[in-house]
Amino acid sequence: MAATTPFRSATQRESANQLGLWTLIATEVLFFGGLFTAYVVYRFTYPAAFAAGSHRLEFWYGTINTAVLLTSSLCMAVGDVMIKHDRRRALQLCLLATALLGLLFLGIKFSEYYHMYREQLVPGINYRAEGPPQMQLFILLYFIMTGLHALHMLIGLGALTWLGWLNHRGRFSSTGHQPVVMVGLYWHFIDCVWVFLYPLLYLIPHLT
Amino acid sequence: MTSYLAAGSSVRSWLCTLDHKRIAVLYLFTVTFFFLIGATAAVLMRWELLTPAGNLVTSDTYNRLFTLHGVIMVWFFLIPVVPTVLGNFILPLAIGARDVAFPRLNLASWYIFVSGGLLALYAIVFGGVDTGWTFYTPYSSTYSNSHVMVMAAGIFVAGFASIATGINFIVTVHKLRAPGLTWFRLPLFVWSIYATSIIMVLATPVLAITLVLMMLERGFGVGIFDPHLGGDPLLFQHLFWFYSHPAVYIMILPGMGVVSELVTCFARKRIFGYKVMAVSILSIAGLGFLVWGHHMFVSSQSVYAGLVFSLLSFMVSVPSAIKVFNWIATLHRGSITFATPLLYALGFIALFTIGGLTGVCLATLAVDVHLHDTYFVVAHFHYIMVGGMVMAYLGGMHYWWPKISGRLYPERLARAAAVIIFLGFNLTFFPQFILGYLGMPRRFHTYPQEFHTLNVISTCGAAVLGVGYLLPLVYLTWSFFRGPRAGPNPWNATGLEWQTDSPAPEHNFRETPVVTGPPYDYPPL
Repeated sequence: MAATTPFRSATQRESANQLGLWTLIATEVLFFGGLFTAYVVYRFTYPAAFAAGSHRLEFWYGTINTAVLLTSSLCMAVGDVMIKHDRRRALQLCLLATALLGLLFLGIKFSEYYHMYREQLVPGINYRAEGPPQMQLFILLYFIMTGLHALHMLIGLGALTWLGWLNHRGRFSSTGHQPVVMVGLYWHFIDCVWVFLYPLLYLIPHLT
Repeated sequence: MTSYLAAGSSVRSWLCTLDHKRIAVLYLFTVTFFFLIGATAAVLMRWELLTPAGNLVTSDTYNRLFTLHGVIMVWFFLIPVVPTVLGNFILPLAIGARDVAFPRLNLASWYIFVSGGLLALYAIVFGGVDTGWTFYTPYSSTYSNSHVMVMAAGIFVAGFASIATGINFIVTVHKLRAPGLTWFRLPLFVWSIYATSIIMVLATPVLAITLVLMMLERGFGVGIFDPHLGGDPLLFQHLFWFYSHPAVYIMILPGMGVVSELVTCFARKRIFGYKVMAVSILSIAGLGFLVWGHHMFVSSQSVYAGLVFSLLSFMVSVPSAIKVFNWIATLHRGSITFATPLLYALGFIALFTIGGLTGVCLATLAVDVHLHDTYFVVAHFHYIMVGGMVMAYLGGMHYWWPKISGRLYPERLARAAAVIIFLGFNLTFFPQFILGYLGMPRRFHTYPQEFHTLNVISTCGAAVLGVGYLLPLVYLTWSFFRGPRAGPNPWNATGLEWQTDSPAPEHNFRETPVVTGPPYDYPPL
């Protein structure tokens, strides 16, 4: 069917897209919110087991990953500035850097998962850890929260690939580059979620 | 101008349409189909309850029947019905827009909804689910032998359709209003759909993650809600009701919006207290997020939390009562025509008031200890959801039927159906208040002899109600093909949707309308 646009102008369309994305992010916040609630409830009920669980995570993997992800967000932000100055090639490099850093993050994440699998720390598959029984709750939440985060990263990488394709075709300019702004917003949101996940999962023993 | 119905007749022109009106019709068929399935389960349950002994179905089958009835009616009928059918059709017309903001997302939402529905149907066909529509752990995650995973997956998928619809409507109302249509000139139906969309966007994801956790626990035996491993089954109830209580307002707010339209139109008067009406819709939506704990008064929740949740639940009755008073004040000294839509609206006001007041009883801590999990609860929420929402839906369906079909329905038959539904409804559910007060628990297929008479009355009422629901199905179908032509504005109503042809043209308006005055600008009597 021929698409008839509901919009009266390009400005109206762009502001509608923008609001749509913010609304989606609001949904996402509540989606992760349910998990954060579960985390808070159990953390306050079993503080010692959670600290013990956090000890079993790979502190440096998480820390390096935080740096990697924040840097990828920086690249995304720089790309946004570049296209505002009509620098398409620079944008392409920024998108590439963002995506590669995102892939690096996922690579580190999955090697951490593999490491934990080797140590028999995966609930429901091969969990055989010594320690307080509620430690499994922490490890479980770790897998669900980071797994869901990684899933969002994959969606973000897909969106970055799409942006790279559009930019390659010369679709963006200083006056028309809304997809760059929108994918950027989404990428920064995923980054923000990690900023909360990192201290909650990796830094507990270092606080007590 | 070509009407949206004449814009193409191939299957493809319907299944690939991006027109909000055609998508509304797709939804209409889908939710009607689910309604019939859910209603069949209800008929079987009431039939079983005709006698005290369990002699029609086994207790296992009965468990599956009430689960099927609850799941289908809540997620696949009541939650989508007004937003996706009337909202999709009317919202863009009512704000003078050409379509919703994201037509592709709108069509996608229907496909997602149908996929979720097919998963749920698969679960039903292959043996059903016996957890009740609430999926409480640890029963759902550990002990139930039924198709919990598939059913939960179906609801999870359908949730994304809800979110997509919510995002679409929020953006549409913000960005696509016609020139001059300021926020406080919006029809109250638009306000109610807007408030409902906010709840859909903010509450549905919590249900999604809760179902994911429940499915993970069931699939992998991990202990998120399992006390053996330190988990807390009550956490499931908190997360579940954080969605499912606001979901009650997803089910009632659009009804309130519809009733506001009907009352003003058939009293030929401006709505009494327009701004207060709009604000009370928003405050019901807001307060709805803060009352979920009243479902757990007897589930080991702390008594102080119970006190706060009880107080907050009472507070919902303030904006709700304001709405009831304002509808009545609108009717006062109006020039009233008792047309079918108004009969439904009056039915809504009466039944919603009873449902609301009994809700206050249930929100009272000490009273709830006695009434919890009895038929009193069943009667209460059916007064809100069926007496409220379904009445409003049918009222709105009749009111906007000329815009949807271009035809008029047979008025006398329609009035008769509205009265039959009202009587049948009360006959079915009023006895259940008494049964619950006397202590009959819900979700059992046998009961002691002394409850027999009231159960017989209730089952007879259900038969009457069933006839009442079938009537509109028959005469609206007839009217679609044979009814007299309606013309653009058969009710002489205000509202932008009435300023264009019936059935609505493919692109809604010849020119974008410009709004210069307040809503419901009926001439003074």
